[in-house]
Amino acid sequence: MKVKYFAWVRERIGKAEETIEPPATVRTVEELIAWLSSQSEAYAYAFEKPKVIRTAIDHAHVKSDTAIAGAREIAFFPPMTGG
Amino acid sequence: MTCPVTIRIQEDDFDIAREIEVLTKSRTDIGAVVSFSGICRADDDSAKISALTLEHYPGMAEEEIRRHVDEATSRWPLNGVTVIHRVGRFMPGQNIVLVLTASQHRQAAFQAAEFLMDYLKTSAPFWKKEESATGTGWVEAHARDDEAAARWTKS
Repeated sequence: MKVKYFAWVRERIGKAEETIEPPATVRTVEELIAWLSSQSEAYAYAFEKPKVIRTAIDHAHVKSDTAIAGAREIAFFPPMTGG
Repeated sequence: MTCPVTIRIQEDDFDIAREIEVLTKSRTDIGAVVSFSGICRADDDSAKISALTLEHYPGMAEEEIRRHVDEATSRWPLNGVTVIHRVGRFMPGQNIVLVLTASQHRQAAFQAAEFLMDYLKTSAPFWKKEESATGTGWVEAHARDDEAAARWTKS
């Protein structure tokens, strides 16, 4: 699946997007964040406060217990500050 | 009731008078247009801001704004909505966002404009980075914006 990062999440990870293949045991947004955090220090830093991170699946906001099965694009970003 | 909707995310500036004209041209059913513009300001709580950079999530930003415009048109009798959000780097005094709501009477237009701005701030995927004499940093979300958006939630 395709993953996108925005604002300081992008800066901390050091890339705007990538394609990832998490193991089948990773079923929810929460579990994906934990799995990514275990991949490197950069991810661990970006996701150090997982409750702050907002997630969208296929362009719609989702909660952390949402299943990621079938997702084409998952995005992680800080709380929004537009307007 | 005809309710044309315009949603644009662009780097270029917008002309408020022109956008109102586009919204109201050849219409005789509109009795009220409310216009809100958000402008880059220099004074924040702490340091003076010298510039602001707006980043967005292309695709989702338009879709998220559309979802809230759809909710606004279902809640209030609107005759037209325009939302323009700029992205890029801005200096104090420059326009950032425009919301226009048109309706037969003012109450619907006022309320819908406020509703749309409250949701734009808390749920449309845009992020601001500030530059000041002390450095650059991402703007933190304010609890007061979440509270402003929460008051529209139907109980």
